[in-house]
Amino acid sequence: MADKPRLRIPSEAKKGEVIVIKTLMSHPMETGFRKDDAGNVIPREIINTFVCTFNGREVFRADLEPAIAANPYFEFTMRVKESGTFAFAWKDDNGEVTTAEQSITVS
Amino acid sequence: MFLITRRSVLLLGAGLAFTLIAADEAAATPAETDAELQKFTGGAAAEAGKIAIDLPEIAENGNTVPLTIKVDSPMTADDYVSEILVLADGNPNPRVVRFHLTADAGRAEIGTRIRLNATENVIVAAKTSAGRFYAERKVVKVTVGGCGG
Repeated sequence: MADKPRLRIPSEAKKGEVIVIKTLMSHPMETGFRKDDAGNVIPREIINTFVCTFNGREVFRADLEPAIAANPYFEFTMRVKESGTFAFAWKDDNGEVTTAEQSITVS
Repeated sequence: MFLITRRSVLLLGAGLAFTLIAADEAAATPAETDAELQKFTGGAAAEAGKIAIDLPEIAENGNTVPLTIKVDSPMTADDYVSEILVLADGNPNPRVVRFHLTADAGRAEIGTRIRLNATENVIVAAKTSAGRFYAERKVVKVTVGGCGG
């Protein structure tokens, strides 16, 4: 896995507001259905799990299959009630995990 | 050069068969896709009209097709969408993604980008915390498929 994941989350919100969270992870999501020039199947290698927690509590999870496009993009929402930190984790088929964090001030 | 024994011919044949299956299995069948849906719902009936699927009518590039899902739900602690399953009945593997939400989501609205192999149905199913199921499908015409080489 290469570049840092990209996040778009508001830095501030009002208590009770539903915010939109956008995440983009850099990954080719090799499906396992392609063949190289020699005719050999290119083995599958994908991000298979994406998890978002807020102040340690899981709020969103995705179980990905090869049919998620390269550079997996997820946009989802959350009703925020308190300030805190979002933590994101992407796990690939080799068990490697990439993480990212961002805080939000809720008043 | 290897000895052409019966065992080596069998192994070669099996190897070829595996490659063919892995690389040329172009599509799931609607029956396989339906089996996945039934596994998700446990055979329960799934209500129509509760899920809005936003997908292009024609996908120029099957390698990246934007998908937005909106499920009609109050998203309260007593009644929220807990899981959303996306299937595509013309892909080599009908499963696309499975989302897990909590009542904290506020809205059951998710955006992502998927791969579609050919013109096919995309099926979205949702499960609520109250044990109800919703399902909806939409056809997408795909100009250039996105699963093969």
